[in-house]
Amino acid sequence: MAFSMSDVLSVTKLRKAFGDTVAVDGISFEVGRDEIVGLLGPNGAGKTTTINMILGVVQPSSGTIRVEGVDLAAHRSQALERTNFAAVYSPLPGNLTVYQNLRIFGLIYGTEDLSERIEALLKQFDLGTFRDKKCGVLSSGEQTRVALAKAMLNHPHLLLLDEPTASLDPAVARDIRTRIRGYAAQGAGGVLWTSHNMHEVQDVCDRVLFLSHGRILLQGNPRTLPGEHGKETLEDLFIAVAREPLTLERA
Amino acid sequence: MNMTYFRPIAAIVLRYFYLLRGSPARLLPLFAWVAVDILLWGFITRYLNTVTSSGLNFVLSLLGAVLLWDFFTRVMHGVAMAFFEDVWSRNFLNIFATPLSISQYLTGLVITSISTSLIGLIVMLVLATTVFGLSFFAYGAMLFPFLLVLFLFGISLGIFGCAVVLRLGPASEWLVWPIPALISPFAGVFYPLSTLPQWMRFFSGLLPPAYVFEGMRKIVAGGTASGTSLAWGGCLAVVYILLACWFFTRVYRHAERTGLIARYSAETLS
Repeated sequence: MAFSMSDVLSVTKLRKAFGDTVAVDGISFEVGRDEIVGLLGPNGAGKTTTINMILGVVQPSSGTIRVEGVDLAAHRSQALERTNFAAVYSPLPGNLTVYQNLRIFGLIYGTEDLSERIEALLKQFDLGTFRDKKCGVLSSGEQTRVALAKAMLNHPHLLLLDEPTASLDPAVARDIRTRIRGYAAQGAGGVLWTSHNMHEVQDVCDRVLFLSHGRILLQGNPRTLPGEHGKETLEDLFIAVAREPLTLERA
Repeated sequence: MNMTYFRPIAAIVLRYFYLLRGSPARLLPLFAWVAVDILLWGFITRYLNTVTSSGLNFVLSLLGAVLLWDFFTRVMHGVAMAFFEDVWSRNFLNIFATPLSISQYLTGLVITSISTSLIGLIVMLVLATTVFGLSFFAYGAMLFPFLLVLFLFGISLGIFGCAVVLRLGPASEWLVWPIPALISPFAGVFYPLSTLPQWMRFFSGLLPPAYVFEGMRKIVAGGTASGTSLAWGGCLAVVYILLACWFFTRVYRHAERTGLIARYSAETLS
């Protein structure tokens, strides 16, 4: 698969096996610049393993991952300088304040003009009042905003979001979606987004990939894809993928 | 290597400084326990000086040994503590999914340990000198190589301890804390190595601190410490640092392969 200059992420024949269990089974996909791609699938489909491989914390059994053409396996630091992430299961250390966390991760990512960048992000994510509060005492929504501010520190060209709105109330979730859409609309980079909220996916994503048993079964526009497969909604399609993956694969 | 290489290292050090600043529970152990140790052993040596007629200066031999050993322990624990902060705050995914390299991370842990162990060393020196009259000038210029060898060995054991915890999970930190106590009988901290049976002396020869404490006792007895012997101890310590870094890297790669970094709280993936 040829790498296109417009792609921020190019994944080719990516496979991960844990012993006899194949978590990700030779998947290939791209994320274009300014594109929001939804990675969907039932629990255990291989979404988080895929994201962890792109983040360089799980080593693929085979296949390649390129971030803006940079091979992650060969040039890990250069590839990850352009990447950042926020995941519901990986909050920032609760014993540090919002400012301290942003400062530390800003230094790790080598962010230029860090103080100005932190101030801008505190303002952008309405975190000014929590600046000197420890992250551990913030509500789920506030912690998610801090995680997103951290994820934006290095102006990432590839942003990975693993269920960023899980456990948030609808108002906060909508606010988060608006911010992410705003980020993509700025032309800053591409987003790979996992979520179990199909309305959210339909609302935010330009394209979706349906994963089941580590393989991509379907992909396309989340607004037209259900109709193409005889389903009324994306949720119906999701349930069909979860329950009858073989039927869909044959179709 | 330009300045951008050092920024992630500074982040690891700064993180610990932030934690220290807001936490008496972290700040106190940097000097409190070593101060208690110096007081305890200071009074013991003072008592021994009054009841024995051996002519041996227990302040120089025993209290000096306690101070050097506590310094070594602080260095090792300093590296481990900085690493455990990531374990306790479940921060592995955040920290390792960044451009940070293993060498930058380990360098950050080592610099953190230098700062924290220096605090302990200064407190011990002030107490031992002012309260018990321990003069480090008595060790002459050899004091610096003594501290250097112990520092290097402390770093190597600290990194080794981090690798053990990364491999075996958070609960295994209790295997790491007692490592200094485990090796102290072999290192001859308080007695000449000739006191030990032959099989123990074999292991002593592999431990850099054994060369330091043998040298220290020679100086206290009025002789001179063997520079060659101390250099050998230093070389061993450097080899152990290289081995510890290699071991940590191997364990890290294993954790990458198995997915353990992303699911560290599970301890094992079986």
